[in-house]
Amino acid sequence: MTPAAPTVPATTAAAERPTRRRRHGRLLARLAHLVGVLVLVTLAATALVDLLPGSPAATILGPTATAEAIAELEAETGYDRPLPERYATWLGNALTGDLGSSVQSNRPVLEQILDRVPVTLELTVLALVMALAAAVPAALLAAHREGGPADRAATGLASGLLSVPVFVAGVLLIYAFAVVTGWFPVSGWSPLSDGLVDNLAFAFLPALALAIGEAPGFYRLLRGDLVHTLHQDFVRTAEVRGLPRRYVLLRHALRPSSFSLLTVAAMTFGRLLAGSVVVESLFALPGLGALALQAIPARDLPLIQGIVALVAVVYVVVNMVVDAAYAVLDPRVRAA
Amino acid sequence: MSALLEVRDLVKTHRVAAGTVHAVSGVSLRLDAAETLALVGESGCGKSTVGRAILQLPPPDSGRVAFDGTELTTLSRRRMRALRPGLQMVLQDPRAALHPRRRVRGIVAEGLVNARRPKGETAATVDAVLTAVGLDPAQVADRRPEEFSGGQCQRIAIARALAVQPRLLVCDEPVASLDVSVQAQVINLLADLRAERGLAMLFISHDLAVVRTIADRVAVMYLGRVVETGPVAEVYARPRHPYTRALLDSSPVPDPDAPPLGPALSGEVPSPLDPPSGCRFRTRCPLAEARCAAEVPALAEVGAGHRSACHFAADL
Amino acid sequence: MSTGTGTAVATPVAKRRPALWLALGWLGLVVLLALTADLLPLPAPDEPVGAPSLAPFAPDGPLLGTDPIGRSVASRLVHGARLSLLVGLSATLIAAVVGTALGLCAAYLRGAAERVIALVTDSLLAFPPLLVLLALAAVVRPGLTTLAVSLGLLFVPAFTRLSKALAVVEMGREYVLAARVLGASGPRMLTRELLPVCLAPVAAYAVVVLATIMVIEGSLSFLGVGIPPPAASWGSMIAGGKDFLFDAPYLIALPCLAIFATVFALNTAGDWFRGLTARGER
Repeated sequence: MTPAAPTVPATTAAAERPTRRRRHGRLLARLAHLVGVLVLVTLAATALVDLLPGSPAATILGPTATAEAIAELEAETGYDRPLPERYATWLGNALTGDLGSSVQSNRPVLEQILDRVPVTLELTVLALVMALAAAVPAALLAAHREGGPADRAATGLASGLLSVPVFVAGVLLIYAFAVVTGWFPVSGWSPLSDGLVDNLAFAFLPALALAIGEAPGFYRLLRGDLVHTLHQDFVRTAEVRGLPRRYVLLRHALRPSSFSLLTVAAMTFGRLLAGSVVVESLFALPGLGALALQAIPARDLPLIQGIVALVAVVYVVVNMVVDAAYAVLDPRVRAA
Repeated sequence: MSALLEVRDLVKTHRVAAGTVHAVSGVSLRLDAAETLALVGESGCGKSTVGRAILQLPPPDSGRVAFDGTELTTLSRRRMRALRPGLQMVLQDPRAALHPRRRVRGIVAEGLVNARRPKGETAATVDAVLTAVGLDPAQVADRRPEEFSGGQCQRIAIARALAVQPRLLVCDEPVASLDVSVQAQVINLLADLRAERGLAMLFISHDLAVVRTIADRVAVMYLGRVVETGPVAEVYARPRHPYTRALLDSSPVPDPDAPPLGPALSGEVPSPLDPPSGCRFRTRCPLAEARCAAEVPALAEVGAGHRSACHFAADL
Repeated sequence: MSTGTGTAVATPVAKRRPALWLALGWLGLVVLLALTADLLPLPAPDEPVGAPSLAPFAPDGPLLGTDPIGRSVASRLVHGARLSLLVGLSATLIAAVVGTALGLCAAYLRGAAERVIALVTDSLLAFPPLLVLLALAAVVRPGLTTLAVSLGLLFVPAFTRLSKALAVVEMGREYVLAARVLGASGPRMLTRELLPVCLAPVAAYAVVVLATIMVIEGSLSFLGVGIPPPAASWGSMIAGGKDFLFDAPYLIALPCLAIFATVFALNTAGDWFRGLTARGER
């Protein structure tokens, strides 16, 4: 059913009003969906405890625990309560900033998380910057002469690097740049407050390991987008008018192509935040991932639940914000 | 005698990004056994939607569809499926309507297989219907649709519909995609089959000339509503709605000097996203007055079996 | 998740691509070794067979050397391949079957079912994979089954999206409408009309997903929460060897090479396969 051409003027005003209402309706639907996802995710994090065989409290305290200690812990943490009640309590506390206390250290979970966040954050940002710094020029060079030697080399390299798992890259980097040449420390961390140079020395290899994993993806995406844009008519018109390819590439092609790249970069940011566990473990960095890792043998359930819930929420919100921003920035999406 | 098909106040809308399309807004029809009712109108008037809504694919938003006394809109999926052989459809694009990677035998037998008919009976029926549409089963049955012309594909589609012995055949622009020379063949085929099997047909088309040859009665649609209905000869000779007049005028006739039935139309078809109030045709109608915006004209008798939805039908 | 969906450099199918043949060859070798692991003249992977940390090609030692506990590296490589492949294939199969089923149902049923499936899919996607698996490792004893199932579930959304997109396109086709007019039942529509369209693209995508899953499993084993010791896994071999980088770099070199080669081969084969199925869809 194809709606025909221009409507008779008397009806256009009426047609405009529903559009705004509809957009609000769609926004509300999206928000409802977002809330639904967040609820499901945090609920699942709370339900983790139910996967433990036997009493969670007994498992945490170990085989040497006394009956009183177990009962005390259960009363304290509420692990013996049914799931809906546990979730409601957790949610109520979480919304006021109380994520419980760690079983290992008795410190508040939120405090421990916030302690570690700066390290993971710095690592993630650095990795992202490195990846973009490598991917963007490479993609521009490759798209400049499609199918040429630069393109083939870069694309081949990207394919190869895509297949290198983070821990492999990390271990090889350590071997090459720390063990054999001694240019960088093998592991450890120096906080920013103790000096930028030291900090970067410790942060460089881990960030590079992460960047190696992400750069090929960015490269492929940007290259594909650039090539696609370059094939479009408006670019050919510009070239026919005598504009040099380089100018066209940077000025006309990069902008539309950078939208999708920004989106992917933002979403990767969320993913890196969660996935830096391996790198933090390998390089002994005091980050969020390492915290989660050490919570496992200790069965520190409040800590694990807090980390998973918080990271998942950040992840979901970042993705949603990116979606919304994309819709605002890219007029093509807005018109849809 | 109760009708084979009774449609009452059919309404169908669908949401698109820009709003709600009011495809069908209160259509009522009636079809007796072995009768052919044509549904005509311009593209976008909702006639195809009516056809599909009758078959409940997808079901209408509101309204009643009674087939042989059974109300279809309230049936469960399973009960509806049991009735499906009685209501078949022939679509506009014959190539798109046949699965490209299957053989003709399998395509034509599809309805029978779904109804779990025994294999021997199915094979015999396939051969019989292929012959009935003018194709030789031995030549045709083991080939794929890509090996056939548009006209032949449409015959295969018709055979497929006939195999399950329908009582009502909904034809949605069945010849619009075919070459003019082939159109007549397919129309004649449909007329012959209809006579042989006592089929009732709902013939949806925008081509008035084709409709004249095959239909008993005609219903004219505009922007989701029926504006005129009656016996074909009567409506064509004495149209009692300004839109029908304009439609007939726009159809090429052999005599270029013959006077037009009425004044030409102005303006363009309004958008079904926001149809005009009252009579939907008023924005292009040479006879429009204030009353037309305020009051929706009802289908009223203007002759034997002839009804028109216009406030000024009597004056035409 | 694999981000390798960018436009590949166009290559005609007929052209002999050495990379592709190498990839398929390596994969064939890995599969063969994994299948015949028990039949090969290799010592058990968890028993010491010689002096610890013997370099490969040493005059008296096993072919590829020994690890710090004296176990045969070659044997551990082969048995690691078997376990990684087992976990990877099971997880991929679970993800593909469950994901495709959900996607087809969402496309066919629409309405409320579609919304619920979208909610579940988005929620699954919201879980940062590694963290969730770590969390699971805290509550459930790590084992092959839990590993395969949890990895599989994490990748369900990817297949759901793919199959739903394909099925929605197919639902719009006229011959599918015709099938409904002719009385096809729901299950029949799903299996006869919608499923066949999904098979080739899903299979091609599964190859790439397998590569990603094997990397995640490798990471988990590297962290010590994947395939439980003393069973061998390439990831845990790398973890074990990283403290001996200076003296015995071969301890990490061999498993690193193995994992890289396998993942690269899977990605190459998967990309080519996907290019094939995309072309055939015209």
